[in-house]
Amino acid sequence: MKFSTMLLGSAAIVLAGVGAAYADTPKDTVVMAKQIDDIISLDPGEAFEFSGGEVDGNVYERLVYYDLKDVAKMHGALAETYAVGSDGKTYTFKLRPGIKFSSGNTMTSADVVYSIQRAVIMNKTPGFILTQFGFTKDNVADRVKAPDAMTVTLETDKKYAPSFFYYCLTAIVSSIVDGATVKQHEQNGDFGNDWLKTHSAGTGPYVIRSWKANESYVLDANPNYHGSAPLTPHVFVRHVKEVATQRLLLEKGDVDYARNLGKDELEAIHNNSDIAFDQGPKGAITYLGLNQKNEYLRKPEVVEALKYLVDYDGIDDNILKGVRIVHQSFLPIGFLGAIDDKPYRFDLPKAKQLLAKAGLPDGFAIKMDVQGQYPFIDIAQALQASWAQAGIKVDLIQGDSKQVITKYRARNHEIVMLEWGPDYQDPHTNAQTFASNFDNSDASTTKTLAWRNSWDIPEMSKRTQAAVEESDAEKRASIYEGLQREHQKVAPFVIMFEQIEVAAHRKGVDGFNIGPAFDNNWYAGIKKN
Amino acid sequence: MVAAAPAAPRRATPLALKRLRGVARFVGTLALTFFGLLLVTFLIGRVVPIDPVLAAVGDRAPTEVYERVRSELGLDQPLYIQFYRYVAAVLHGDLGKSVLTSNPVLADIKRFFPATFELATLATLIGVLLGIPIGVLAAVRQNRWVDQVIRVLGLLGYSVPVFWLGLMGLVLLYVHLGWVAGPGRLDVFYEDLVETRTGVILLDSALAGEWTVFRNAFAHLILPALILGYFSLAYVSRMTRSLMIEQLGQEYVVTARVKGLSEARVIWRHALGNVMVPLVTVVALSYANLLEGSVLTETVFAWPGIGQYITNSLLNVDMNAVLGGTIVVGTVFVGLNLLSDLLYRALDPRAR
Repeated sequence: MKFSTMLLGSAAIVLAGVGAAYADTPKDTVVMAKQIDDIISLDPGEAFEFSGGEVDGNVYERLVYYDLKDVAKMHGALAETYAVGSDGKTYTFKLRPGIKFSSGNTMTSADVVYSIQRAVIMNKTPGFILTQFGFTKDNVADRVKAPDAMTVTLETDKKYAPSFFYYCLTAIVSSIVDGATVKQHEQNGDFGNDWLKTHSAGTGPYVIRSWKANESYVLDANPNYHGSAPLTPHVFVRHVKEVATQRLLLEKGDVDYARNLGKDELEAIHNNSDIAFDQGPKGAITYLGLNQKNEYLRKPEVVEALKYLVDYDGIDDNILKGVRIVHQSFLPIGFLGAIDDKPYRFDLPKAKQLLAKAGLPDGFAIKMDVQGQYPFIDIAQALQASWAQAGIKVDLIQGDSKQVITKYRARNHEIVMLEWGPDYQDPHTNAQTFASNFDNSDASTTKTLAWRNSWDIPEMSKRTQAAVEESDAEKRASIYEGLQREHQKVAPFVIMFEQIEVAAHRKGVDGFNIGPAFDNNWYAGIKKN
Repeated sequence: MVAAAPAAPRRATPLALKRLRGVARFVGTLALTFFGLLLVTFLIGRVVPIDPVLAAVGDRAPTEVYERVRSELGLDQPLYIQFYRYVAAVLHGDLGKSVLTSNPVLADIKRFFPATFELATLATLIGVLLGIPIGVLAAVRQNRWVDQVIRVLGLLGYSVPVFWLGLMGLVLLYVHLGWVAGPGRLDVFYEDLVETRTGVILLDSALAGEWTVFRNAFAHLILPALILGYFSLAYVSRMTRSLMIEQLGQEYVVTARVKGLSEARVIWRHALGNVMVPLVTVVALSYANLLEGSVLTETVFAWPGIGQYITNSLLNVDMNAVLGGTIVVGTVFVGLNLLSDLLYRALDPRAR
């Protein structure tokens, strides 16, 4: 009894003083729970991860931008006007006057030239978005110029579809930085890269107060922002890896937004009267890659049969509801030339017929590499069950995403399930990777998804490349529509779903903009009542 | 034949020399241990089927960027050169940069380890302060209902997944009862209010006299510490019980009782005194395990500790971070071993 008393006493001591009620989030701060451990750098010339893109999208601006409701419509952002010359290669941008950086410095053409030049010369991971237009560290000084303080010209190596070039200028890598401020922090010719990894020098509505890797980032309103001031001046994003924890924090009111809830969590809080949801389609496509080195997968009938053996609707209903939608073409919804055709549905007799035609009436055994996390492993298990009905025995090889990708890049997989998100808002980003493979040899320097699946398509590659040179936007869109329809029929890709981003939030907080890309998840409109 | 010269009488080795040899042996063993640790971890990092360049440049980088970064990371060099360069840098106090966080590994460790230290220390205190008395009680009441209950509790501590227990703890104590604060180390209100000196928020806030921050930090800390403390308690109480049962059957215990010593003195002073030496090892091991970082607890409680850091780095083959973490873990084990040795000497005169 004495011991029991002692134990209870100890517990009481331990919890003493702890049982206070905890206040809601601060009124001047939006608090989010989100998985942010993908951030490697916040330098716009280097950031290429989803979370880093989101931060930079709130901190920096580009010369031109697209309408979030209709991405086919382009408009000037930091550029007041923009035009392409008669040679089809020289683009001229007149800058909007009176724009200031967060430092208070006024933006001039020198900042734009510096920003583009540093991105090209540093040539970090997203640098290819600019270098694909022929800019190199040796020629960028000649091709990116400032004729006067408010005018910038950019000259590409050859004629491209203007829309292609403009969309690439909307990417984070094309963000305009405060040249004077960044130069102050340059070290050993690094273009201020080390400093910009954790600081900001932009014109956007927010500035970076801090980023603690794997822990949190904090943004403050930019006092010199040229647009309407953010409705909530501070944003605090805490790294919460576990989605169940995100849900608890949201229910308790300790965060305003939970950003990575899965189907189970969303269903669990669906009827919670304190919680509402924002959502929007994101460009990430979930697909199966079928390696053409495999003797079974090389047969066109097998490829087609596998497309009929996916229970798209069943998986959507039971595994993905709310976080993915059925989508069967390589361009995401909203992209120029995107189609919504869904020619495939689960059809076991048809699949069996195709397998018999391929000389495999009893099916075959195959391995599938898949990430061992929701929703990929769940989808894979559903496929395993439905394919078994046609005699196809799937051996699932679970791994971490980088493990799966390493194997995929080495073309050592048989079937792989992965997700692909567009690098920028132009259709070429996905067309190039899904429908282009100029060199199918192991020595190829362009490891597109078509290459990774050993899909040798010289003709389709030429048409894909031709599309980026078509200056008429309507004709260009129609080329992509045709490419996708052909791709749906013949490609060794089973494209299945497109991501829907859902942000669950407290009812008193609203106005978060979930855009079509990760860099237009904007915080400035969030209002706390 | 030449007669062998009589052996010169051996001179007694001076005490100072003996000690010097002892220190040299210790340092040599230490160096060898760390070298082995680094070598094994390095080789593991090189045989895992993940491309380290991917962590740095992602999946989309063009070939020229990929090759450049591969070269910058030194991955185009033979393994022995890579390892030599790393060890040489470590000997100069440079643990390299983390690819994932872009920070020097040392700076990362300084940020993440104090969070784990704070959590592990409180958990160990809970485990020891409750585990030892519970273990003694179970031994004294062996096979009675109290013992059965304690054994079941201990068994649960071994078998219940920490992940599940953490979530249940949050649902009950945080969401429903509101007795503790939620995941993370502080509420948003208190973030960055106190200057970081040691990284242990309880300590930093106390040193700064910021008692509201201290209370808030404690409110965040207590639940994960209780969860980890429970697992520590299960281990400590079980070991205490079995060690105590052995001691209580010894003749000196019977003698002490015959001599009329009080039961409390027999148990707490004599029997427990004799099990303290092995218990020090038990506690040190338990503490060292917690100081490695409990990945699952850190994940559930959004606790930015060393466990998550090392695991995340390992999954991305961020080898500088992994090797830096390995050095920390190695140092923790060596440090706690040393501490155990010192405690042995303090507790057991025969070891002096």
